[in-house]
Amino acid sequence: MYFESFDAFLQMGKHGIYVWSAYGISALLIGLNIGLALRARTLARAEVIRLIRREALNVADSTD
Amino acid sequence: MLSAVWQTLTRWYHQWGSPRYFFQYSGVLLRWLWPLAIVATMTGLVWGLAFAPADYQQGDSYRIIFIHVPAASAALLGYVSMGVAGLVGLVWRMKMADIMIKAIAPFGAILAAVALITGAIWGKPTWGTYWVWDARLTSMLLMLFLYLGVIALINAIPDPRQAGRAASLLSVVGVINVVIVKYSVQWWQSLHQGSTLKVVGETAMPAEMLSPLLISMLGIYLLFACTVLVRARTEIMRRERKSQWLKEALQ
Repeated sequence: MYFESFDAFLQMGKHGIYVWSAYGISALLIGLNIGLALRARTLARAEVIRLIRREALNVADSTD
Repeated sequence: MLSAVWQTLTRWYHQWGSPRYFFQYSGVLLRWLWPLAIVATMTGLVWGLAFAPADYQQGDSYRIIFIHVPAASAALLGYVSMGVAGLVGLVWRMKMADIMIKAIAPFGAILAAVALITGAIWGKPTWGTYWVWDARLTSMLLMLFLYLGVIALINAIPDPRQAGRAASLLSVVGVINVVIVKYSVQWWQSLHQGSTLKVVGETAMPAEMLSPLLISMLGIYLLFACTVLVRARTEIMRRERKSQWLKEALQ
């Protein structure tokens, strides 16, 4: 570790507010991006699986 | 030798241009890509934030570089990829090309925003101001708007083929702006410093700073690749939801 203490790490030589706000906003935006992408994928997959189930039910009904 | 390379490339082009092939193999690829992307990003950022030495002029504020440069360069690269996909879509009418543009644009816009925001925050202690209307910053802001424009076009046009053509056109034309962003610091007087990384010639940055920067870049590129693949798969599932092969793949 470059810094002498955890406190020094947080303070970043008086630039802590700049460094940590930059990283905080970045993490938030990138995390949001990944979360939204994964959620959209889950919803799209659920929709296809719903169609498959409905089709299976229709087939089962017609063979009764 | 050259013809073998060309044959391989055309085979890949046709294989990955098929939604079915793309869906199958991107799923396999993602299983490796996600862990790699997360490990590389974390390693690069922790190294840069906690272990790299401070800059002799800027002190610790320079540590913003480890997210700023990867985000900016990935946003540029993303736009070029969108331009290539746009060209393929316009010339060869490939369905996957439209899907790729739709998959690239959201994270591209976010990374352009990250580059602008982290740059502004870095500007305050370094230049004494958050923002100046110089060539580099203004062209980067234009890039964010171009990304948002592509997203807006796709959302505004209900027919996917027409939406794809419009988005392709804006992607191709917008590549000019990538060139402007890239060379703005050389062509015009700018407050922004010159490129840290050089493809040709020696990079001025010492290895203790360069290594974490390169690893962070790799990490952000891989994260970009992962979300592009995930979004492309989502779009394939939406468009092909009635296809038999997709139902079989998901069962």
